Amino acid sequence: MTERDKIFSRIRDALKTASPKPGSHHLGHHPTAQQPDSLTAARTAASGARDWLPSVGHTEAEWITLFTKNSFDLRTSVIVAADAGAAHRQLRALSEAEGWARVATHGHGIAAGASAALGLNQINTDGGYDVHALERCDAGISGCDALIAQTGSILLTTRSGGGRALSVLPPHHVVIARLDQMVPDLPSAYELLHHTYGPAQWPSMITIITGPSRTGDIERILVLGAHGPKKLTVILY
Amino acid sequence: MTGNATQFQNDADRLTSDLTHRQRIQSAMTKYYAARYPRQAIFRDWQEGRQTAAETKWAGINELDKHLAEFEKNAVSRGTSVHWTSTSEQARQVIVDIIRRHNAQRIVKSKVMTSEEIHLNQLLESLGFEVVESDLGEYIQQLKNEPPYHFVFPCMHLSREEISDLFENHLGTAQTHDPEALTMIARDVLRKKYIEADIGITGANFIVAETGMISITENEGNARLTAALPRVMITLVGIEKILPRLADLALFLPMLATAGTGQPLTCYNTMYGGPRQPGEVDGPEEWHVVFLDNNRTTLLADPEQRDALHCIRCGACLNVCPIFKNVGGFSYGTTYQGPIGSVITPHLRGLQDWKHLSSASSLCGACTETCPVKIDLHHHLLHNRRNAVAEKPGRLESLLWQGFTFLMKRPWLYQTGLRVGRLLQPLHGLVKGDILDPARAWTKSRELPEIAPVSFRDYWKNRPLVSAGDRKGGPP
Ligand code: SF4
Repeated sequence: MTERDKIFSRIRDALKTASPKPGSHHLGHHPTAQQPDSLTAARTAASGARDWLPSVGHTEAEWITLFTKNSFDLRTSVIVAADAGAAHRQLRALSEAEGWARVATHGHGIAAGASAALGLNQINTDGGYDVHALERCDAGISGCDALIAQTGSILLTTRSGGGRALSVLPPHHVVIARLDQMVPDLPSAYELLHHTYGPAQWPSMITIITGPSRTGDIERILVLGAHGPKKLTVILY
Repeated sequence: MTGNATQFQNDADRLTSDLTHRQRIQSAMTKYYAARYPRQAIFRDWQEGRQTAAETKWAGINELDKHLAEFEKNAVSRGTSVHWTSTSEQARQVIVDIIRRHNAQRIVKSKVMTSEEIHLNQLLESLGFEVVESDLGEYIQQLKNEPPYHFVFPCMHLSREEISDLFENHLGTAQTHDPEALTMIARDVLRKKYIEADIGITGANFIVAETGMISITENEGNARLTAALPRVMITLVGIEKILPRLADLALFLPMLATAGTGQPLTCYNTMYGGPRQPGEVDGPEEWHVVFLDNNRTTLLADPEQRDALHCIRCGACLNVCPIFKNVGGFSYGTTYQGPIGSVITPHLRGLQDWKHLSSASSLCGACTETCPVKIDLHHHLLHNRRNAVAEKPGRLESLLWQGFTFLMKRPWLYQTGLRVGRLLQPLHGLVKGDILDPARAWTKSRELPEIAPVSFRDYWKNRPLVSAGDRKGGPP
């Protein structure tokens, strides 16, 4: 018998006695047997989450306002630009203000376009990259799958974000996104993932980024840029 | 009393009267409460959310075999290696074998509580590997050569001055009392470690059956780097972290963040579903998921306490626990501190050796009320007490109860005792609080109530008689 078999047989033996559904503990010390279908009758977070999570409003305008407000609390900068040209100018202004010399990006439509408009030395992670070179970049410029209004988050995968490291190694992560990538809440973000990626494309990493990297480990005092980016900017148009 | 119980009692005794220590916990917890409760209040319905979370975990745990098999099938189809281990020794062996097979030397770890459980760092260091904890709090604890103090806030017992001293001693850096500057010192040191490491070891907060993924919650980005740069990634995880569906995370991630730290969502919630896939630009060439049982199936076999496996390790029950706030994290002597640690440790490491933790509770129920997945923690403490006595009745305790029964059944004896006590009590002042004091455990930090000059029985017998007319007005 392999160790796997042993573990599975211990689990099956253990589960021969049913355990009471949560919330029914005080009905007695001895759990009553569950009806066979009651497990599937349990409420699931997957289908019910929206009813309990914080409210988000109904219109796209409300979502954008909420996203901006949440971002402000999280110390993410949000720049809403009128069009692609304006977004590129905003990115250039940011680059000049911070004196960027080198940036990293990937072949994602609007992120690549914006980075190219900077006219700086750049690494493109698409064809593989040298990790030391990526570490020396002043900013990582990426696309994303969606922005989540409810939590002020960015949903990004290896496919939409130029791999695993581009969005976390350089000290400033800039996300270029379109306004119509805004989704209201977390359940919508998960629905979107199932829509976007089939089994063959399914990314090996999906991340939900909520603000720049942070820690409170020293006396519970907030410090940004613990290991990941110290700054996070979202440029939207 | 077992050695563990003595250690607990000694440490608890010492720390309860250490005012600096208590003040530090108090100040950390005040910040936690201030962040958490407003955050919880903006949920449309936190209580219903808890119930849903509890039922989701219940459905996952009660069909654990099915969900683990589904995870395995999905993860393996994308090239993941899945390992099954029953004991700490087996888990350690599997990990060491992977490291050796790659001729690896340098290992970087993100936070893995299960690795504390199997004492992985000590082993790897003794075999000559370099192991670096990358979570800031864990890194500080590693330099201090101490286990985490709290499984969510590993170094909450340290002041910035102590951390500065620690960095000065180990890293040769200049003194600074600025938390930001201290964080940047660690950032610089650890950046090099991620880049040089051959192996990255992570834990997991959730195992998602539906998509064969694990989910890691963190604030710093250290787990993301650990999972991005080294060429081999190992994830060590307890089998109970199961969730049936990916979208279950839509509720669990915000609940974990709210209960854990009072954030809307922790900074990075990352799901991993395999090593680097075709068409991807980076990520490890190999991903090993090491499942650990280590007596979790013993707890699973107890239907009454099975829900303790629903725990998402948010740490909230520690933060609200009056015992934890007084005795601190180290006194427990366990990997998992606080109420949840007191509940599960007897199952994981032996009831008789760890039953004392279940008695260290005021049974106030604050833990149960705060738990985002509604684990019936304080009743489980009672269950542990009951089971411990049923398994091994305490002689001294039953003798005491027999004595008490004997006394209470004989009013004359009780009366005599009271009278003698009243006479002797003034003499108590001579030994009060010192080693000869029979009531020392109580009197060293408290006053003993004085025996009333007249017992109620005597008072009643000798009460002044009043006429029926006087009684009309009722009690004065
Ligand atoms: S028992 Fe509940 S409150 Fe305690 S750590 Fe686990 S999930 Fe959090």
